[in-house]
Amino acid sequence: MFKDSSLHIAARDSIVWWKAWLIRLIAVLLSLIVCAIVIFGLTKMNPVEVYKGIFSGAVGTSRRAWVTIRDTMVLLLIAIGLTPAFKMKFWNIGAEGQILVGGAATAALMIYAGDSLPTPVLMILMFVASMAAGVIWGVIPAIFKAYFNTNETLFTLMLNYVAMQIVTFCIVYWENPAGSNTVGIINSATRAGWLPELGGLTYGWNVVIVLVFTIGMYIYMKYSKQGYEVAVVGESQDTARYARINVKRTIIRTMGISGGICGIAGFLLVSGASHTISTSTAGGRGFTAIIVAWLSKFNAFVMILVSFFLVFMGKGAIQIASQFNLNENASDVITGIILFFILGSEFFIRYRIAFTKAHK
Amino acid sequence: MKKFLALVLTVVMAASLAACGNSGTKETQAPASGDSETAAESTAAESTGETAEKVGEGVDVKDLKVGFIFIGDENEGYTAAHYAGAKGMQEALGLSDDQIIIKWNIPEDETCYDAAVDLADQGCNIVFANSFGHESYILQAAAEFPDVQFCHATGYQAAGSGLANMHNYFTSIYESRYVSGVVAGMKLNEMIADGKITEDTAKVGYVGAYPYAEVISGFTSFFLGVRSQCPSATMEVKYTNSWASFDLEKECAESLIADKCVLISQHADTTGAPTACQAAGVPCVGYNISMIETAPDAALTSASINWEPYYEYATKSVIDGTAIDTDWCKGFAEGADKLTDLNDKVVAEGTAEKVKEVEDAIIDGSLHVFDTSTFTVNGKELTDADSEYISDGYFHESEKASAPAFDFIIDGITAVTQ
Repeated sequence: MFKDSSLHIAARDSIVWWKAWLIRLIAVLLSLIVCAIVIFGLTKMNPVEVYKGIFSGAVGTSRRAWVTIRDTMVLLLIAIGLTPAFKMKFWNIGAEGQILVGGAATAALMIYAGDSLPTPVLMILMFVASMAAGVIWGVIPAIFKAYFNTNETLFTLMLNYVAMQIVTFCIVYWENPAGSNTVGIINSATRAGWLPELGGLTYGWNVVIVLVFTIGMYIYMKYSKQGYEVAVVGESQDTARYARINVKRTIIRTMGISGGICGIAGFLLVSGASHTISTSTAGGRGFTAIIVAWLSKFNAFVMILVSFFLVFMGKGAIQIASQFNLNENASDVITGIILFFILGSEFFIRYRIAFTKAHK
Repeated sequence: MKKFLALVLTVVMAASLAACGNSGTKETQAPASGDSETAAESTAAESTGETAEKVGEGVDVKDLKVGFIFIGDENEGYTAAHYAGAKGMQEALGLSDDQIIIKWNIPEDETCYDAAVDLADQGCNIVFANSFGHESYILQAAAEFPDVQFCHATGYQAAGSGLANMHNYFTSIYESRYVSGVVAGMKLNEMIADGKITEDTAKVGYVGAYPYAEVISGFTSFFLGVRSQCPSATMEVKYTNSWASFDLEKECAESLIADKCVLISQHADTTGAPTACQAAGVPCVGYNISMIETAPDAALTSASINWEPYYEYATKSVIDGTAIDTDWCKGFAEGADKLTDLNDKVVAEGTAEKVKEVEDAIIDGSLHVFDTSTFTVNGKELTDADSEYISDGYFHESEKASAPAFDFIIDGITAVTQ
């Protein structure tokens, strides 16, 4: 029987949306089964209990759910910021630095102007300042790329370290209490410069700001002329020139947008979450966001799901570490297996496999 | 159209999440306000300064929950010591495993606040945090949950915070550092007697974490211990600017050895320095945990902290409903700090007897580690006018606040600050 048949892999012409999602769903279920086997094999624990632990750690109480939402929003915003740059094939791996300078600008205003300005004015000022700082950090490598064709990967990466040094330098002046080498919680008594609640929700503004940017970016990339220019420059600079697109301007403008949004993420982190600044304020989010953006194929709405998933697993990790004494790496293993299956499922969405009778 | 639908669904989902979150927050806040009476009571008691006074109903042992926030995990000496203390407390008080909730690897940022309020949400009656940088986040959580006791190790802001449920704790680690210095000093004497070094080249190297008072107080007490045995000794201190970095500590120890230091000690959390010492054949004094396994031919002993007495005391206070000291700091007398086993292969002859003698002198109060007649700063002896801590001829370390306060660089020590 099998002698006569062979395995065929053929590209699908198209696939109905529910079939694609069905394949993804099956992939997730399969990955959970594999994870269960791994968990049981390594720890002899009941995998369902471990899943429950992850779930409860991420969204088990309203406070945990809000922390998860808060961190999801920041990660999402950074991924949104990276989108236009990557769409243009400008490898911006400098989000960390753009976040840090944005955060530093925010912290500076909280410290120096926190007591003297009314909250709305201060908020707008911090928002603008963080964006401006991010724009500067994004535009510097863009100018060099546009005019001297420098390698943007190295340039943006190196600027991360410059940003870190700037923050370290600022901490010398801002440290509180003296000698602690940390800034501590800024304005902990007056809460000046803390992103206020929105309708009773501590992180309400975080959600609103990020969702506005998410929708805005979706529209910008899909329906605006500039968004189209970004896509063309990304595909082929020659084509772009042929179409009379100003490539230099597009590169600089796009990196300004990218850096600016990452700078605003710094504002959200400092004013809307940690209320302090340190060299670890960005905490690797600038790199994680690259994964988010790529996994979502730059679709702004898929990014919501992917950022949520990654943050969800991260928060779950803290819980299973505390509940089962499982090392936090256990959750990384689970995340890795699930991602592997989700990425693998894309193969089955694009190709179909069939056993067909071979022709003699 | 499909995409529009997706958009609408997303917004609806976000909105519904927001709605759920809102009602939930209110629920968790309700019990806090209900217990405000107890909180007010404890404020009154605390302000009178009477620590053993009854301030509340107390908690039934079965209903008790204890939370811990740790900067690292068991693989890191400092946290391992805290964990051992927590385990000891659990056993002593007969608590079950699910009454102890530990949050591992909590960095010094808002994650610490999230962890603290989450522990309070889970019903913890008392929460401990073990890293210096956790303090401001613990303060924030303590203000929010007045009926939960928050205890922060190595910090110093509790007394000034005005919060009755905020406490600092530490141990008189300077005592065990002094005694470990005695062990090191006797080793130097042996090396001089053996002709390996001369009196003038008896230079000790010290791998410090940060130029904070905690570290300065530590190396000064160590050095005073060394000099009580070997008067010609000098010391060079270098900082790694990190609490726990194996590579940095190893490099730092190597550069000190290259600077002709003949004995190394450390105030940093990894086995980096002993590893370098084992390779170079230089004797060393460790911190937190015994380094004999890492450096069998180099480690003398380690100054270490036993956190169990505090964890037991504070948790017991919650059970009994008595107030916890705002600042708690105990030493040898209460078993809160100790030397780890002496490495018989490396230590000088008679060390064990000498250690016992010095420990006893510290316990009975006849020996003060920071005796101002034993050291000078810029050539001058310190007097009462130099610090509010100095009186009766010695620096009253850790008596006013639990965190170390001695931050003079005394003559004989060269500290390289960046």
